[in-house]
Amino acid sequence: MRYIPNSPEEREEMLKAIGLTSAEQLFDSIPADIILREPLKTPEALSEIELLARFEALAARNAAARRPSFLGAGAYAHYSPTIVDSLLQRSEFFTAYTPYQPEISQGTLQAIFEFQTLVCQLTGMDVANASMYDGSTSVAEAVLMAERVTRRSRVLVSSALHPEYLQVAETYVRHAGIELVRADFDAETGRTVLDGEQTPLDESIAAVVVQSPNFFGCVEDLKALAERTHAAGALLVVAITESISLGLLKSPGECGADIVVAEGQSFGVPVSFGGPYLGLFATREKYARQLPGRLVGVAYDKQGRRGFVLTLATREQHIRREKATSNICTNEGLIALAATIYLTTMGRRGLQEVAAQCAQKAAYARRRIAALAGFSLPHTAPVFNEFVVRAPLPAAELLRRLASEHKITGGLALSRYTPERPHDLLVCVTELNTRAEIDALVAGLEGIGSSAH
Amino acid sequence: MKAKAAPHITQNEDLIFERSQPGRRGYMLPALDVDETPIDELLPAELRRTDDLEGVPELSEVDAVRHFTRISTWNYNIDLGMYPLGSCTMKYNSRLNERVARIGGFANLHPLATEEDAQGALEVIYELQQHLAEITGLPGVSLQPAAGAHGEMTGVMMIRAFLDARDGVGEHDVPRRNVMLIPDSAHGTNPASAHLSGFTVKTIRSTAEGLTDLEHLRELCSSGDVAGLMLTNPNTTGVFERNIREICQIVHDEGGLVYMDGANMNALVGVARPGDMGVDVIHLNLHKTFSTPHGGGGPGSGPCCCTQELAEFLPVPVVTREDGDTDNPRFSLNFDRPRSIGRVKAFYGNFGMHLRALAYILTHGRDGLREATEAAVLNARFVAHGLAETYEKPFAPPPMHEVLFTDKRQSRKGVHTLDIAKRLIDYGFHPMTIYFPLIVQGAMLIEPTESVGRAELQQFIDAMKEIAREAVEDPETVLNAPHTTRIGRLDEAAAARKPVLRWKPAAEAKGA
Amino acid sequence: MANVPEDLHYSKDHEWIRMEGEIGTVGISDHAQNALGDVVYVELPKIGESFSAHDVFGSVESVKAVSELYIPVSGEVIEVNESLQDEPERVNTDPYGAAWMIRVRVRNPSEVDGLLTAAEYEDYLKTETE
Repeated sequence: MRYIPNSPEEREEMLKAIGLTSAEQLFDSIPADIILREPLKTPEALSEIELLARFEALAARNAAARRPSFLGAGAYAHYSPTIVDSLLQRSEFFTAYTPYQPEISQGTLQAIFEFQTLVCQLTGMDVANASMYDGSTSVAEAVLMAERVTRRSRVLVSSALHPEYLQVAETYVRHAGIELVRADFDAETGRTVLDGEQTPLDESIAAVVVQSPNFFGCVEDLKALAERTHAAGALLVVAITESISLGLLKSPGECGADIVVAEGQSFGVPVSFGGPYLGLFATREKYARQLPGRLVGVAYDKQGRRGFVLTLATREQHIRREKATSNICTNEGLIALAATIYLTTMGRRGLQEVAAQCAQKAAYARRRIAALAGFSLPHTAPVFNEFVVRAPLPAAELLRRLASEHKITGGLALSRYTPERPHDLLVCVTELNTRAEIDALVAGLEGIGSSAH
Repeated sequence: MKAKAAPHITQNEDLIFERSQPGRRGYMLPALDVDETPIDELLPAELRRTDDLEGVPELSEVDAVRHFTRISTWNYNIDLGMYPLGSCTMKYNSRLNERVARIGGFANLHPLATEEDAQGALEVIYELQQHLAEITGLPGVSLQPAAGAHGEMTGVMMIRAFLDARDGVGEHDVPRRNVMLIPDSAHGTNPASAHLSGFTVKTIRSTAEGLTDLEHLRELCSSGDVAGLMLTNPNTTGVFERNIREICQIVHDEGGLVYMDGANMNALVGVARPGDMGVDVIHLNLHKTFSTPHGGGGPGSGPCCCTQELAEFLPVPVVTREDGDTDNPRFSLNFDRPRSIGRVKAFYGNFGMHLRALAYILTHGRDGLREATEAAVLNARFVAHGLAETYEKPFAPPPMHEVLFTDKRQSRKGVHTLDIAKRLIDYGFHPMTIYFPLIVQGAMLIEPTESVGRAELQQFIDAMKEIAREAVEDPETVLNAPHTTRIGRLDEAAAARKPVLRWKPAAEAKGA
Repeated sequence: MANVPEDLHYSKDHEWIRMEGEIGTVGISDHAQNALGDVVYVELPKIGESFSAHDVFGSVESVKAVSELYIPVSGEVIEVNESLQDEPERVNTDPYGAAWMIRVRVRNPSEVDGLLTAAEYEDYLKTETE
């Protein structure tokens, strides 16, 4: 095996040197009745050439990867500057471990400190951690943290939160003594409504969880939501799936959020069939000791030289065990680095420009589609780069025909999550979608729509 | 501004925020190709940012490349040399696997593409599930968990769901059997994960040999409230729990289930299978045993494997292969699993890591997998042998893939594990895992993995011996190590007392 | 050898209490601070909270450990040493003085009699370290 440095001969010599005669003896402490008697049924080894051919063939069966796409809904195709991936592939970054030995991990530690700072700047918050698994698990951890902070056990969750995020939160809190309550949704504006008849926002509520732009693309009025939430003594948790929106939208921190969680995949990370992604997690300074996950802080050596260390570790599982703020250990270090390089390269102006392009192109697509006979826009609230379109035929069928007849992935049929909305599709536009692609989408919709009448 | 005049390895490099210069740009986008909508029509002013992204850096592409390249040189890494962190399995991260994960048909595949449009990706998931089932001897597999602790949480939740289905749920959602047994030598994630499922943790003692104390286990199990046991095997002292069958039997007889922390599977692949030992559910760390890169702290991937009996509780969705055409199989996402614990992550897990792990398995093949296990255990035994005269080995049984020593002899001279670890850096090695497991004072847990050649192993052994000699003859040198790094030991206490967790502009930082 | 002042009462959890009338001042012993290492954070209760003997009333953290604080006797908290928020390192430098943690109105003075004297605590430390 070419990844094993010692040749079989060398290994024989090493066995002898430690007083053994066969490799089997290495496993003498395993009782004979549980030693495998036959080899695994795993196939024989493939050479590099065969392996690449095998994976290329598999990849070729992923037709969606080759088509113009208007899919968003929690995963967004954006341009990633070439240097992002090329720097990630430096051995020093991708083959290093968690920076437990700060003297020989300053590269990773400084990058995480930069990442934490960038997350604070973009979200308008005071402190951010070194990352979580993804946006969905960040929401779940935010719910758990809100319970710790407020000692209240009910959490009001927007019905316009990404359905998979809600499902993950439900799994996490099932045995945590926390009840998730669904907030109402205004079908006309497309925004979350607090104080619905069934779901009052009262003193029992630990937190309100709201996504903005929400799952249907609508930008929520976070300031009003924060005021109402705080009046009840609850925390406002703001979730973001499309982090590029932070280049244009008022930061949740400025609006009054107490915890901001986000999916950071948009920052230079490929959609890669759902992972690895990047959970962003930020809060106010007063809650820093309730944060889940790792934190990096400034430290100095005896000569007064600045360095960085993992800090406030007593919150974490390796010290506080079952009383830890979370069970998380390994997070998404390399993906956080990708986001850091992305944000550094795009920079202040690049992030603003890419956000503006997304919004502009989405506005163009939205205007064109709204003008088509039979198509309408069910929600009136402002959007960023995603919006719901109501079609004159079932969305799943429409999308199938767009794919087969026009070679376009037209978006997401909302029926995947909400069967009661069969005709609605969620369309996402980013800076990667050219005007020609948008026009082709519009033409395709028009053609299929008119044949449906 | 600091002088550039520093040897290349100790480059001065400020934070990106300190390097920022207004007007520098590192990107270029195509011109907007649609008719521009006036900004106020796009979004009302009250929803737009007003801070102009103040503080976000402005750098050229060259600045960015130099910045990250320079700071990268301050990291030790596997490609540089032996990285013997016990329990972490720092093995070689193949470049080929990186290439596979970047194939456009995978990297550009959206997770909400329809099943028809993502057959290749679903087949990758399905095939990896099959291989992991074969390697663990446990047929139910979910690749959804994003890391080891996440896989643990998933596995413990499945135990909870199974018990609730079998025994019913008590008042206030307290499980009928509410005690999760965890050895005192366990990873901290174990109790933290058990707590998330509403279990109360009870600690099992270890014997003088570093093994689970069977008497204590029996005593704890006899209380009738035991839901299960979470066990690492080989355990965190590097020793195989040779009574594993009996341990599982005791727990099963009392109505509990056995969870195995698979962090140490690199000692077992192709040699013995948890399923054959009586384990009910396990998580694997693809970033350990299956070589996906640790990336400075993730991404990981923590698949969960379980018995047929537990499979119905796995997270949704699971990837299944439809019966029918064997030459042209069809794979689908199965959401219709009413007894599932639910979703633990959006989409299907860290797919990019699944690709790398599958490439690892296929590159090794059945013989290569076993060969890697043998080589890993041999390397650990070689270190154990080489250092037996020099360092205290707290437990007698022969180690598997990692070996545990302590600083007992050196600490008499005032030299402790931390000092030995820091001094190893001066000899060009990454230190071993220190002060873990917690039950062993001054623990040093060494896991060379299969990816180290004999000469380098010998250099490591020699360095450890040299440090032991220095501890006696020249303790100051050890106590003040490292001497060769860009910075010295950092004052972690001061950092924790007055935490500075983000950069701020100089004026603001002073005011704060 | 750890410093064990004569005039205090000690618990086996390594807390001390100094009695003045019905008011007791509580902190951790020199031995405890030494075992913990550099203290970086102290979490204390609010004024007005009541505890029974051996209850956890707070925690003290070093860089890599957390220790819970157990109150030696039952009582109500009447004062909390706020200065430890800014200068937790005082627990290391002056555990019996500036690093007192809480003052309590002792509910049942007979509980104090059940605590260890300085001499008994010193003996206890010897057996513990053996």
